[in-house]
Amino acid sequence: MTFINYAAKEINCKIVYYGPGLGGKTTNLQYIYNKTAPERKGKMISLATEADRTLFFDFLPLDLGSIRGFTTRFHLYTVPGQVFYDASRKLILKGVDGVIFVADSQRERMEANIESIRNLELNLEEHGFDLSVIAYALQFNKRDLPNAMPPEEMYRMLNFKREPTFEGVATQGVGVFDTLKAVAKQILIELRRR
Amino acid sequence: MEVYEEDYRGLEEALRRLRRDSNAKAVFLIDKNGQQIAAAGDIENFDSTSLASLTAGNVAATDGLAKLIGEREFSVLFHEGQRDHIHISIVARRAILLVIFDERSSLGLVRLRVKRASAEMDRIFEEMADRSQRSRAEPSPFSEITDEDIDSLFSE
Repeated sequence: MTFINYAAKEINCKIVYYGPGLGGKTTNLQYIYNKTAPERKGKMISLATEADRTLFFDFLPLDLGSIRGFTTRFHLYTVPGQVFYDASRKLILKGVDGVIFVADSQRERMEANIESIRNLELNLEEHGFDLSVIAYALQFNKRDLPNAMPPEEMYRMLNFKREPTFEGVATQGVGVFDTLKAVAKQILIELRRR
Repeated sequence: MEVYEEDYRGLEEALRRLRRDSNAKAVFLIDKNGQQIAAAGDIENFDSTSLASLTAGNVAATDGLAKLIGEREFSVLFHEGQRDHIHISIVARRAILLVIFDERSSLGLVRLRVKRASAEMDRIFEEMADRSQRSRAEPSPFSEITDEDIDSLFSE
């Protein structure tokens, strides 16, 4: 749910990066953090295990400037991708405005991608959201790996509703901002319609 | 959630009073989704955005634990540090009240004052819900956002 403070003239939106473990969700956030001017970002928080796997969530607040006099803030969250962290994953989706699904392009990870999208759909339903309605974009990450599946084939397997889809190499920043923009735009357009 | 001027002022006033009466360092009112609604006290010494997000995560995780053992919720959380302590409670079922205090106050005093402030904030949240309902009939200030407005956010 977009949080609008008319007194402070602020719009706050929540975007969640979802996807299978080791797919590059945290790397997306790290790239955004590294490339954003200090005055436009807050502290990035990572609740991770000792082995640097996301345990609960990563969090990055971004200030994108103002729109019609309202400061527009996006709070970016990642979920833990590993299957057994489902209870935590569900909690992060609370009050979400838009979702970015970071798919792993490696052929052997397709099953994990599909399972994770199904899991996203179910967990959204539990919060009263519908994946076919909510702001959503898809990123095919790790395009630089030799075993990456052709994007057309991935699109056939993972596309849910003709959502905006981007090829990415998050470690180098390829596709990272394009994917974020695609979801942020959908959220703001929804705000206009409301 | 939508917060209008009158409610915001009311919530701020309630927070200021709570801070003063409980001798706390700072008090924050946070939406359960992790957004700060209002705050009072020594707030510039804290990273309030991170505080809001972590507190909401903490409450969400504790809610999950409560449900696992068949409780509806744990309505109060308390974290005791060497110098500073944190008291977390739920207000109007949809917001979180965070009080940071040290040896100048006590858990008993904070609990007592939080109880009184919560009742006041419950009332403001009810008014907020009514106002939000009424404002649905009026045109949204965002209905005139143009594609250019949106693009300009990403142009830099």
